[in-house]
Amino acid sequence: MFGLNKKDTSLLIIVGLLTLLAPFILNPFPEGSAMAQFNAGYPDLMQRFVIFGIFAIGFNILFGLTGYLSFGHAAFLGVGSYSAVWMFKLLSYNIIPAIALSVVVAGVFSLLIGYVSLRRSGIYFSILTLAFAQMSFALAYSVLSNPKFNLTNGETGLQVYADDPQILQGANSPDLPHLFGLPMRATYTMDVGAWSFDFNAGYYFCAIVMMVVFYLSIRIFRSPFGMMLRAVKSNQQRMNYTGLNSKPYTLAAFVISGMYAGLAGGLMAAMDPLAGAERMQWTASGEVVLMTILGGTGTLIGPVLGAGFIKYFENIFSKINDSVLHSWFAFLPDGLEDAVVFVIHPFIGKGWHLTLGILFMLVVIYLPGGLVEGGQRLLNRIKRKKPKTDDATSGKTEPAE
Amino acid sequence: MAILKVKDVSKRFGGLKALTNVNLDVEENSVHAIIGPNGAGKSTLLNCLVGKLMPDTGAVLFDNASVLGLEPFQINQMGISRVFQTPEIFGELTVIENMLIPIFAMRDGVFRMHAYETIANEKAIVEQAEAMLEEMNMADKREMHAASLSRGDKRRLEIGMCLSQNPRLLLLDEPTAGMARADTNNTIDLLKQIKDERDITIAIIEHDMHVVFSLAERITVLAQGTPLVEDTPENIRGNPKVREAYLGEAA
Ligand SMILES: Nc1ncnc2c1ncn2[C@@H]1O[C@H](COP(=O)(O)OP(=O)(O)O)[C@@H](O)[C@H]1O
Ligand SMILES: [Mg+2]
Repeated sequence: MFGLNKKDTSLLIIVGLLTLLAPFILNPFPEGSAMAQFNAGYPDLMQRFVIFGIFAIGFNILFGLTGYLSFGHAAFLGVGSYSAVWMFKLLSYNIIPAIALSVVVAGVFSLLIGYVSLRRSGIYFSILTLAFAQMSFALAYSVLSNPKFNLTNGETGLQVYADDPQILQGANSPDLPHLFGLPMRATYTMDVGAWSFDFNAGYYFCAIVMMVVFYLSIRIFRSPFGMMLRAVKSNQQRMNYTGLNSKPYTLAAFVISGMYAGLAGGLMAAMDPLAGAERMQWTASGEVVLMTILGGTGTLIGPVLGAGFIKYFENIFSKINDSVLHSWFAFLPDGLEDAVVFVIHPFIGKGWHLTLGILFMLVVIYLPGGLVEGGQRLLNRIKRKKPKTDDATSGKTEPAE
Repeated sequence: MAILKVKDVSKRFGGLKALTNVNLDVEENSVHAIIGPNGAGKSTLLNCLVGKLMPDTGAVLFDNASVLGLEPFQINQMGISRVFQTPEIFGELTVIENMLIPIFAMRDGVFRMHAYETIANEKAIVEQAEAMLEEMNMADKREMHAASLSRGDKRRLEIGMCLSQNPRLLLLDEPTAGMARADTNNTIDLLKQIKDERDITIAIIEHDMHVVFSLAERITVLAQGTPLVEDTPENIRGNPKVREAYLGEAA
């Protein structure tokens, strides 16, 4: 179906169903119960899951296929956000022109940065992209924000003001980002018994966009072009002597992944019409690297899993505090309760980075293929427990799942 | 007609004269061997032909067109394929993918953004690749990762990849170096078969006399960066100068 083989089609359908039903899946605990804080089904977080999913899917096209590790992709995310907010300021709050410009500007920007950075490979390439991203950050933070020429509005961040032209803004259209009149904030809440589920317009818009670009990434992975990108990673010397110029292939992958990042940045602004320089900082670039590696570099679904995993940690683990812990361990004798809380304390709340760091190390050391490899091993183990007749061959590892 | 002409090529590395005034003609549809002791400049000469090194002086003409200053991928597109001393293949890719890539390169040129097509839909190219695997006796290894092949199979695969492009000139740099006798004989048989079945010119650099005398129609002996003699295998065998410079040490 859709020009995909059976396995890829079922992957696409499964991911489609999961994103469609996410408001249910992510809110398994009843409102007000002790476990409710582990619910992730609120619009804000769900939007972030899919937006960072898009960012990571694009990053994986460059890093997963060609092996070129960029440490500057947040620059394209930021550029996308700024472009979108400028469209809001100049034209209207309709998100379509905003997102279109985000992708185009990020594409042009990544063409320039990619062209220069790809003169080197390996660690030098990574350093060049990092340098470019930090330069972009500095430009956005201060240089391009002065009274004479204010492109980014510096520290405050770029936003829409009442005296902005907004030449296409209709009299009746909502005064916040919308899709032809449908506000992105619009949310329908469904209450079922003790449960509560949010269906948010912005989330579903992002989810549809993610499904489209996820589909495109599968097409790229399975195309002759995708095979050439894997050849770049495998042996550039052989490629060169086989009549192929590896430079334009790598540059094309760089620009595609830059456009994915720009799209993610545009969507971020479409959910919340604000763009700040911190979005371009190197920590943001590092985050997408972590997402991709954690989920499974070079696999189709890995980056999405990695993005979801990290965003979940960032938003859920960071909210657990000592009083929550005390309520969990209240059944223990007082002295023991304090001791347990004392031990766990560094890993929660602001310490979630520590937990994430440890998990990341464990994954890199024991599961170099990331969460996808973990899932495969688990599946294989389950399969082996239930002895079937002919699964002896399916135990082989298969890449690009 | 000479398909490859090397004229007065010299190359120095700092103070070292790796090649001095090398002249060489490779006749179309012949097998031409270049032999010489270690350090004679054989690999350097080959690298000057394929765009890896730029000679200091001289000219290299392929089919009467200069190749100097061109990138390796441009020279390959002109019809020269190269086999490396240690097999250069796409280790992380499957055997069939290794075979598909050079065929795509022939059809689509140095770059094409075919990002929305599916490999399985390129029936003609897949068939060509499968036929070449068949010819190399590797059809059963179709889905294996190339890195997991044996040394001899890697060499076969690399030769197959080069042949799949139907090159006019096939360059081989010590294709049997480090191989066991059985693998060496396999490779000789393969090259003989290629020579008999195709309109192809083969230039081979070799250290192993057994390989050279089994295959070559012309032999150039290189010593200290200059051609010593060029002749048929029979005459080379009997040539005292060659014995002294080279064969003496091997015998
Ligand atoms: N890139 C290089 N830099 C410096 N010296 C080199 C380089 N390549 C080869 N040489 C030297 O040039 C001479 C010829 O080397 P080479 O062509 O590899 O010989 P052969 O292949 O006949 O064994 C040797 O003395 C070698 O050390
Ligand atoms: Mg050599």
